[in-house]
Amino acid sequence: MKILVGYKRVVDYNVRIQVKPDGTGVVTDGVKLSANPFDDIALEEALRLREKGVATEVVVVAIGPADLTAHLRNGLAMGANRAIHVVTDAAVQPLTAARVFQRLVEKEQPGLVITGKQAIDDDANQTGQMLATLWDRPQATFASKVDISVESGADGKATVTREVDAGLEVIEVELPAVITTDLRLNEPRFIKLPDIMKAKAKPIDTIEFASLGIEANDHLKTTHYAAPPKRSRGVMVKDATELVAALKQKGLL
Amino acid sequence: MSKILVIAEHLGGKLNPSTARAVSAAAAVKPEAIDVLVLADAVDAIAAEAAKIEGVSRVLTIVRAENAHPLAAVLAPQIAKAAAGYSHVFVPSTTFGKDVAPRVAALLGVAQVSDVMSVESAHTFKRPIYAGNAIVTVEANSAHTVVATIRTASWPAAASGANSAPVEALNVDVALPSHTRFIELQQGKSDRPDLQSASKVVSGGRGVGSKENFEIIYKFADKIGAAVGASRAAVDAGYVPNELQVGQTGKIIAPELYVAVGISGAIQHLTGIKDAGTIVAINKDGEAPIFEIADIGLVGDLFKILPELDSAIG
Repeated sequence: MKILVGYKRVVDYNVRIQVKPDGTGVVTDGVKLSANPFDDIALEEALRLREKGVATEVVVVAIGPADLTAHLRNGLAMGANRAIHVVTDAAVQPLTAARVFQRLVEKEQPGLVITGKQAIDDDANQTGQMLATLWDRPQATFASKVDISVESGADGKATVTREVDAGLEVIEVELPAVITTDLRLNEPRFIKLPDIMKAKAKPIDTIEFASLGIEANDHLKTTHYAAPPKRSRGVMVKDATELVAALKQKGLL
Repeated sequence: MSKILVIAEHLGGKLNPSTARAVSAAAAVKPEAIDVLVLADAVDAIAAEAAKIEGVSRVLTIVRAENAHPLAAVLAPQIAKAAAGYSHVFVPSTTFGKDVAPRVAALLGVAQVSDVMSVESAHTFKRPIYAGNAIVTVEANSAHTVVATIRTASWPAAASGANSAPVEALNVDVALPSHTRFIELQQGKSDRPDLQSASKVVSGGRGVGSKENFEIIYKFADKIGAAVGASRAAVDAGYVPNELQVGQTGKIIAPELYVAVGISGAIQHLTGIKDAGTIVAINKDGEAPIFEIADIGLVGDLFKILPELDSAIG
């Protein structure tokens, strides 16, 4: 079984995000970029499934400008067999990203697509679900545990534990399917230096976005960026008695 | 004029308060009608609750055995069918809404607006990106149905009681997939208030130290009638189950009172509480970032302070 992994590059999670003073965007020049942490978890899960013998090939996919190559090399160094780079300079919104994946799915025929539940830049939390819909296949979102059983000759199924507001939901989905990852699914491995060298020999297929024939006319238009309202530092109290008095004064106790 | 379809979230035959919050957001669009759609295997009790919410024009129900559990792949085709004639489909931005709404949007072939925190006009909304570190204004295409998830912490629950909207059964003729099956829901049983909608929340973090020590948090929460939450660190360490996690990837909440105990205040946690009315921080490290945003701070040992609070409250 082949697994496609959505592997988006985003502003590193440690970077303090700053909105440009003119409200046209956030500052990204000279800012550290990394793999979306949820996508790292997705890749790790795919690699573990390959190590268990469930999957035979892991393919990382990213959509973006020409300089994404270094990012994809990281995915290859982590252990993916090969990479697909869909090249575009335009910002890609979730429905368009899902349509791109749909084209790749038609071509690659994976048994599983695993991707992060959301990217930590736009926080949309949509692409995996939209792909599953366009593909007319099941989805198991917010996964914290994945068990795959593939019987010979059959397509197999995944039993997935999902982190939902009420607790842990367990569902069973027939393959092929889309799984989106939550934080507790696994801890991604670190990339080792020799693997970085080996990754240089692994193939990256590039596909021009325009060649996919996808219309991107359904977009949301972002008209303004603003910094969030700030909460300011309040008062310090010296003991429990003062705290209770302060809360009673506010009518909270 | 706008017509809005709000998808009801429910569990165990009870309407989730997130639904009334989504109705508030719908009312902000000033539509000519707000209809609530209930999909379940038994709808009566849920529909009756939804009919009482102020601002609701009609409650529509789809009763099918397949709707016994909220499986996105099963619900979405029915919602997409029911959405015909509506300008907007609103779903609470809970794990339920985040799962199902993009499926509805994809079936309709439209973009989705995630986590609406304010309505500027019928097609213009504000939403957070970068874990709430930036707020964007987005314009949806007015020629398309707007599918949006509503950030529940940004909206009060619409009042309930005075209204009695008519309840109508809806027949949607659509084939449902069988490729997705519900197995079980593992839930902590609790008599405490619901974390997502409670007016008071007491949360513990890594500073609490162990699962056993977390008893002190439960005890204090019970004393003041609060729900219990936790930081990601406390959940990862196994002190409490995942459904108690507050923060960017857990629950985003807006209680009147939030008490953070032994929580240092990682950005991911602060994202989940910044709409709280009053934030109280109790931490032994006076330099902890939680104090930067707390309205009232108290530096000290939580194992000493919580019992003292208990007796000071009386």
